[in-house]
Amino acid sequence: MLRVQPPAITRVLIVLPAWNEQEALPGVLDEVHTALPDMDVLVVNDGSSDRTSQVARECGAAVLDLPVNLGVGGAMRAGFKYAVREGYDAVIQLDADGQHDPRNVGDLLVAARETGADVVIGARFAGTGSYQARGPRRWAMRSLSTVLSRLVGTRLTDTTSGFKLSGPRAVRLFAANYPAEYLGDTIESLVIAHRAGLTVRQVGVEMRPRSGGEPSQSPVKAAVFLARAGLALAVALTRPGTPLPGEAVR
Amino acid sequence: MSGYPFALALCGITLTFIVYLLRSRRLREKYAAIWLVVLVIVIVLGAFPRVLFRVATIVGVETPTNLLFAASLVVLLLVCIQLSTEISQLEEETRTIAEELALLNRRVELLSAPAGRPSPVEPDGLAAAALGDRTSADASPLGVPAAREEPVLEDRSVEDSPLEDRAR
Repeated sequence: MLRVQPPAITRVLIVLPAWNEQEALPGVLDEVHTALPDMDVLVVNDGSSDRTSQVARECGAAVLDLPVNLGVGGAMRAGFKYAVREGYDAVIQLDADGQHDPRNVGDLLVAARETGADVVIGARFAGTGSYQARGPRRWAMRSLSTVLSRLVGTRLTDTTSGFKLSGPRAVRLFAANYPAEYLGDTIESLVIAHRAGLTVRQVGVEMRPRSGGEPSQSPVKAAVFLARAGLALAVALTRPGTPLPGEAVR
Repeated sequence: MSGYPFALALCGITLTFIVYLLRSRRLREKYAAIWLVVLVIVIVLGAFPRVLFRVATIVGVETPTNLLFAASLVVLLLVCIQLSTEISQLEEETRTIAEELALLNRRVELLSAPAGRPSPVEPDGLAAAALGDRTSADASPLGVPAAREEPVLEDRSVEDSPLEDRAR
């Protein structure tokens, strides 16, 4: 495969897909602003029924208001389109529930620059941090990671992480092609990136507990998760690959 | 008295109905086509029942009516699949339109904001006010640093790359 050095990252946009996050959002935006005062922040309000949009505006973030709920994948594609049109060449996705520490954004950027990767995942199980999933859910996530690691050709420990950096080529690819289906924003997007010839890497990040509730440990739910993830992966793999779009995706 | 004339009459009525829907543009050709084909086949079978018996012998189905049932199930299945794909396509179109709408809204918001002042207009401002939500109405001009309000219009260049901060 042809390896071209990706263009340097100069303008970074932080995208927070938010659906009914009026409680957690001010804290997260505040933290982002403290940790990264120079970075532009975009909140994609994914059809919230609460005051997410107003809260984000009051905190000084740019806001995209989706009129209907499209899911994380839908919100992120809108964010990528915004980034392409406004001339940003990298997008960092952060969860609006405060799960990710904005101070790790720098690690992602450094990793992107040092490895030349187009997509850098902030991974939970990579040695840093204390996040532990146990039982069936952990097995499910682990088997998923094994398959994807082999496919992408690098060790990935946390493929469902919502903390990701997309470099210039990935932003262009994802603006045109980012799946809205369940797990499409995590698993399928990695497959799409890989098949378009982009490189995927990960860095370990600390993950804090979600502000709202613990992830489920039920074996049935883990099995359903694994089945859906497997289906999503199988479909993504058998789909015809999408080539990297040219400069003119505007 | 055979039931065939009754079946034929029923087909005639359905045919008229579909043509009526087509003419009044309430049904598009791509959905009507399959129903018209089915109707023509049923009319032929109703007018010449022997045809069904002959076809059943050819394909090796013992009871001709079973062939009819199996065939109608297949047709219904195909129609369902067609409708599912059309819905998927519609969802993708809705999604694209929603994205474009959000992006346009953002542009309008930036363009309509008076220079140097934070944008007072919120898309759901009216709805929020109608719901008795006071905070959104009076909070927006305050607490929003003007410098951060229009990040899009700023000409950002290489030197404020966050990489520099980290590297130190």
